[in-house]
Amino acid sequence: MMVLPNIGHLSTASPEEILRPVRPWFIVATLAGALVLNLLPLSGVALALRPDFIALVLLYWCIQEPRYVGVGIAWGVGLLMDVGDATLFGQHALAYAFLAYAAEYFRRRVLRFSLWQQAAQVAVLLGLCAALVLLVRVVGGAPLPHWMYAVPPLVGALLWPAVTLLLQWPQRPQHSSAEL
Amino acid sequence: MRYIPVEPPPFFRRGPSPFARLAFFGLVSVALLFVDTRYHYLEGLRHVAATVLYPLQRAAQMPGEALAWVGGYFTSLRDLTAENAVLKQVSVEHAAASQAFGATQQENVRLRALLGIRANYASAAKAVEVLYTSRDPFAQKLFVDKGMDADIQPGEAVIDANGVVGQVTRVYPYMAEVTLVTDKDHAVPVQVQRSGVRSVLYGAGAGHAPELRFMAPSADIQVGDVLVTSGLDGTYPPGLAVARVATLERDTGQIFARIACTPLAGVDRSEHLLVLGRAAAAMPRPEEPAALDPAKKLGKGKRRGGGNP
Repeated sequence: MMVLPNIGHLSTASPEEILRPVRPWFIVATLAGALVLNLLPLSGVALALRPDFIALVLLYWCIQEPRYVGVGIAWGVGLLMDVGDATLFGQHALAYAFLAYAAEYFRRRVLRFSLWQQAAQVAVLLGLCAALVLLVRVVGGAPLPHWMYAVPPLVGALLWPAVTLLLQWPQRPQHSSAEL
Repeated sequence: MRYIPVEPPPFFRRGPSPFARLAFFGLVSVALLFVDTRYHYLEGLRHVAATVLYPLQRAAQMPGEALAWVGGYFTSLRDLTAENAVLKQVSVEHAAASQAFGATQQENVRLRALLGIRANYASAAKAVEVLYTSRDPFAQKLFVDKGMDADIQPGEAVIDANGVVGQVTRVYPYMAEVTLVTDKDHAVPVQVQRSGVRSVLYGAGAGHAPELRFMAPSADIQVGDVLVTSGLDGTYPPGLAVARVATLERDTGQIFARIACTPLAGVDRSEHLLVLGRAAAAMPRPEEPAALDPAKKLGKGKRRGGGNP
């Protein structure tokens, strides 16, 4: 069995811990950064493994800050991704809108778990998102893709703890050394 | 008398419920998908979004460019000397052919003028660089760094040093989308260089070899034959190398032979490509006699897209 690094002491902010309010420009910047990561000119194995960074970041914000990021914003970002990938208009938009809705539905439950347990649930959500894209394409007449199509959502789920810790960094309450 | 206000406080006001929003945006998405598949009304919207996306795309190029620059800086002197020697030799080998080419071309121009045939393709070719490949596992597409700014037109052929890579399918202000010959919806009219047999090379999608379909088992094709463009579609200029026949199955029980090919161009590797000017427009198809109308209706089928947008 794979041994996961113990990040219990670093886990997501517990509901008792109060995070500082997020700055809207930080959300915009992280979404732009995720778009850049998605547009990286990769090839070969890296391309096959590349997770959907936008889905990850959207999912994080939909769970943490549902008042700022919801179905509408996810849909708009999806349209941008459709243009970036030259796919049919509305394909990613539909998938991301669904992802945002699912996040809204699950968010209160998800936050109660540790980061690796969250990652398992995120894997399911990202898998559903990928399945939705697959459905749209197969209805549109595309053949079934290689089984490697199922790998990026899993890679994305493995990255979930790192994404959470990274995006939460600016919001963590700063303890002065005197307190510790 | 005090009464409890019915309106919730502003803090709880969040507009329509998530499900209502999902339903709304889901319907809009499905409508967009339908419109984008069936019609081409959305190109303007695509251009706007592409322009918004352009700075981010350039930003995504930077790490790779920086790495390439650092790598280039540390290329050892010995490597460069060796490469220089090889290039000189290649250049000498090409010298004879290129000197003869000038004479042949002039002769060709005179002969064509005599025959009254228009020039095969515009001489303007634009060198472009690959920006990135599409993430979409269902399509074989890539993006190059020039678009409307370099007067690239949809439908122009794209080649690399070894052969045909694909065809420009969409042009944005600063970049263009190229559909590769391996794309599922792409077809190239080709000719076997050795025997002159004509056929059409169909892409089969990622991970599958492009194939020649509808060829009789007795067709004059061998493994290793080189396929060149036949120029019949007016999209690809004639005579460009496309693919090599990799495997051949002649099963007499089947109506058609199974012929898989390997693209000659580095379809998934090349970074520097050349966009060729559009071939001279083909002559319009002759009008069919009125008496054949019913037959024409019968023969009407769905045309395969991709070959000529």
